[in-house]
Amino acid sequence: MKTHPLRRGGLIALLACLLFAPLVALAVDDPSEMLPDPAQEQRAEAIGAQLRCLVCQNESIEDSSADLARDLRHVVREHVAKGESNQQIMDWMVNRYGNFIRLKPPFTIGTLLLWVMPLLALCIGIGIAWWTFRRPRAPVPPPLSDEERRRLSDLTETR
Amino acid sequence: MSEQPSSPTRRRLLMAAPLVVAGGVGVGFWRMLSGMTKGSFDPHDIHAPALNRPVPDFALPDQAPGTGFSAADLRGLKAPVLVNYFASWCIPCVAEMPVLNVLKDRLPIWGIAYKDKPEHALGFVQRAGNPYARIASDHDGLAAIDWGVSGVPETFLVGPGGIIRWHTASPITEAMITNTIMPLADSLKQ
Amino acid sequence: MNPELGNFALALACCMAAGQAILPLIGASRRDARLMALAPALAVGQMIALITSFACLIHAAITNDFSVQNVAANSAVSKPLLYKITGVWGNHEGSVLLWAMILSMCGGAVALFGRNLPSALQARVIAVLGGVAAGFELFCLTTSNPFARVWPAPMDGQGMNPLLQDPGLAFHPPILYTGYVGFAVPFAFAIAALIEGRVDAAWGRWVRPWAVAAWCFLTCGIAMGSWWSYYVLGWGGYWFWDPVENASLIPWLTGTALVHSAIVVEKREALKIWTVLLAIGTFSFSLSGTFLVRSGILNSVHAFANDPARGVFILGLLALVIGGSLLLFAIRAPQLTAGGLFAPVSREGLLVLNNILLCSICAVVLTGTMYPPFMSLLFGKTISVGKPFFDATTIPLAIPLMVFMGFGPMMPWKRAQMWPVLRRLWWAACVTAVALVVATFQIREILPVLATATAVWVICSSAADIAERLRLFRQPLGQSWQRARSLPRAVFGAALAHAGVGIVVLGIAGMSQAAHRIVEVHVGQSEMLAGDSWTLTDVKPAEGPNYTALVATIEVRHNGRLITTLHPSKRTFASQHQTTTEVAIHTNLMADIYGVLGDKHGDDANPTYVLRLHYNPLAPWMWLGGLIMAFGGALSLSDRRVRVGAPRRAKTVDVVVVQ
Repeated sequence: MKTHPLRRGGLIALLACLLFAPLVALAVDDPSEMLPDPAQEQRAEAIGAQLRCLVCQNESIEDSSADLARDLRHVVREHVAKGESNQQIMDWMVNRYGNFIRLKPPFTIGTLLLWVMPLLALCIGIGIAWWTFRRPRAPVPPPLSDEERRRLSDLTETR
Repeated sequence: MSEQPSSPTRRRLLMAAPLVVAGGVGVGFWRMLSGMTKGSFDPHDIHAPALNRPVPDFALPDQAPGTGFSAADLRGLKAPVLVNYFASWCIPCVAEMPVLNVLKDRLPIWGIAYKDKPEHALGFVQRAGNPYARIASDHDGLAAIDWGVSGVPETFLVGPGGIIRWHTASPITEAMITNTIMPLADSLKQ
Repeated sequence: MNPELGNFALALACCMAAGQAILPLIGASRRDARLMALAPALAVGQMIALITSFACLIHAAITNDFSVQNVAANSAVSKPLLYKITGVWGNHEGSVLLWAMILSMCGGAVALFGRNLPSALQARVIAVLGGVAAGFELFCLTTSNPFARVWPAPMDGQGMNPLLQDPGLAFHPPILYTGYVGFAVPFAFAIAALIEGRVDAAWGRWVRPWAVAAWCFLTCGIAMGSWWSYYVLGWGGYWFWDPVENASLIPWLTGTALVHSAIVVEKREALKIWTVLLAIGTFSFSLSGTFLVRSGILNSVHAFANDPARGVFILGLLALVIGGSLLLFAIRAPQLTAGGLFAPVSREGLLVLNNILLCSICAVVLTGTMYPPFMSLLFGKTISVGKPFFDATTIPLAIPLMVFMGFGPMMPWKRAQMWPVLRRLWWAACVTAVALVVATFQIREILPVLATATAVWVICSSAADIAERLRLFRQPLGQSWQRARSLPRAVFGAALAHAGVGIVVLGIAGMSQAAHRIVEVHVGQSEMLAGDSWTLTDVKPAEGPNYTALVATIEVRHNGRLITTLHPSKRTFASQHQTTTEVAIHTNLMADIYGVLGDKHGDDANPTYVLRLHYNPLAPWMWLGGLIMAFGGALSLSDRRVRVGAPRRAKTVDVVVVQ
């Protein structure tokens, strides 16, 4: 019955990520990381928010304090400074880490169900409701059998 | 919709749907759990797309006691090589060292020290016994990003011509060597 | 109060729970009053045994009994008393015991407060609760025993993760668990109804207060969890769409749907089968959420010590509870009598729409959470599903939900005309239109603007509902006051809960406009953010009970006038080699001023400090709104009708449907 000292039941939001990164450092913890041009920095942040920190929970690299996330932030800023488009930077990342790095999965055959889910759930819900509430009334329940009648009278008498 | 929408069969099917869905999900979970115990399924594996591609462009300096290497070195190879990312601060790396030390006689292993101070990496290799034919230093961790490495240890089997043939993000085990790495490496030699 | 007593009490509770699961069921089917009467007695007995067991574990933690493995692994002599107590549920074994204890308390509550229930129904409900409890107590005893001993006992424990040593977190799990476990009662009612083969208005009326109570706790728990990550993580994030968080959101969504559909059962005897399914589903999601995140499938964290063997036991238990109940549903539900017909434009029509939208959101969150592991299992490909996906898919479903939410409470039952409803809401619509225009000019991003407008709409229409019922401003105030006193509390509760949703959404919309800066400054240097000037005036070391700290003093001024002095700090816990940042937050309820102390750079003679400064407009509204929602639920629970007007069933039927 050995328990990891850091183990915590899964309920507490995000704890797991903190367990992984024992130092709760700040995400962008060094101002010199930021690009001097505010417009470029904003664009870099927007791209970073779409990229997953590979070693954490569902955190973007902009929010994560992990080492690798910091490197990736740095790479994103380098590419932005070079004047590459968002798409180019995204492709560069996907080329290395696959679709895992995209917090918003691409629309493919494999993710079809994921992306149509909102519409599908809505249609199924409306469909079932429509089908249920417009159907004719359920038939009147069949009259009681003799056996049931007998039990009924037994029970009502004993009460 | 149909003329007899309240048909009892259809009603029954509808009521059984939650059970069917829950059953499917349950079977999926069971397969995941049994895969995790057997080691065939790893929910943490990110399946980086390096497989069957040439190694990325990189050139890394020497890490004592070995010599560094570049993409050109790997592409010029005639026989397969195992490329292993490691670091002195990584606990699973310590655990896989004895396995690598056994493997080194059957397959050359080239190491890359990830985000490590050269003196720490040297100390680590000296303590654990050096399994590496060549060692390079990826001090800022940028070459690792080109390889698609998300943590250490990570290991790639690079075939002739510098094509990545196999990859794992978990520590190397004896079972991996006998079941996967050596058969694949032997087939690549021909 | 020794651990053996605790272990014995746990085993005793497990036996009692097994008895509680079997005997009353036999009694109910044979109509044996003595066997049925065992149910409340066993439920109370099981509750007492588990409370004793839990008290023993707390006692071991307080007295530093490190011969108990669980205490040795999670506590230390130097830990403050509060965290010794709360640390008991800060680990896997202790939290399973807490979970079981709360479940037994639910059984005890049904035994004590459910005296007005028909005895067969009460016996069956308690039996179902006993069955679930027995399973989890067995899990606790066999795979996660919190009383396991270690020998030789260490001199000191390994201590607790410093991040857990936080008052907000300390009380979060019991509240959240009460929410999760509380849905076991509606679940048990649903199973009992399926066994009986009977769902009617009275059933709806009995089940609703339990669902509302659980919902209140779950709402509070989620709000607290979100608040905790907001002030502990140190970068102002409050929701991450992380599997662990989604695991609490999914039962909340179906639970909210349940609370609403049960109204339709109670008032109109419709949606019966659906409500039964929701009750089963909500508890199933609570169960799978809490336990599957422990099996390691849903976590992507390398260091998370997970145990697939334990996961297999859990999965077996879940299969038994969830699979069993859904099987019963599949067999018995088709035999339940169908409900009444109704027009689409009516209160019940809107409640159906509410259920469809809530369940669609739930389906999206569920698919998004489950997709990555299944993709990996079936296709060997990995994807991530994160905030950008959930934002893009849930918000378009949430906005119509909020729009309809405004109409719902005004709509008459059965068949309604749109026109009178619209006429009563005209001023709410006007205010919403104004809000839309103002927000468009202020924000200029489509989703926050829509969110703001719909939130204002929900708040105003809730107010309009109350005003209409009181005939406010159309009658003398005295008469309105009279009406207010005679109006059921449930009406106020519903309006408050709806307004709370609006307030939460306003908070979220406000947070989308948050501003932050990261600066590196010397002591004495000032920086500007959101029109305020922030000055680092001092950085000093300090000592805590089990840590050392570096405390900064930041003065925030607006036009030269001091608004607040913040003291963010960094704590170093020597025993765990960990550092935590303590955020300093000043709030005036309209915005949070949020400062974090980062790394120290430079030499000791002339150091610079990295500071992270945030200005978070309307941030407190998110948690305030959550509390208002929970308070609204509690208010409707205090309604006289819930306590007194416990309904009597129509006499005929009990008999007919017994197999």
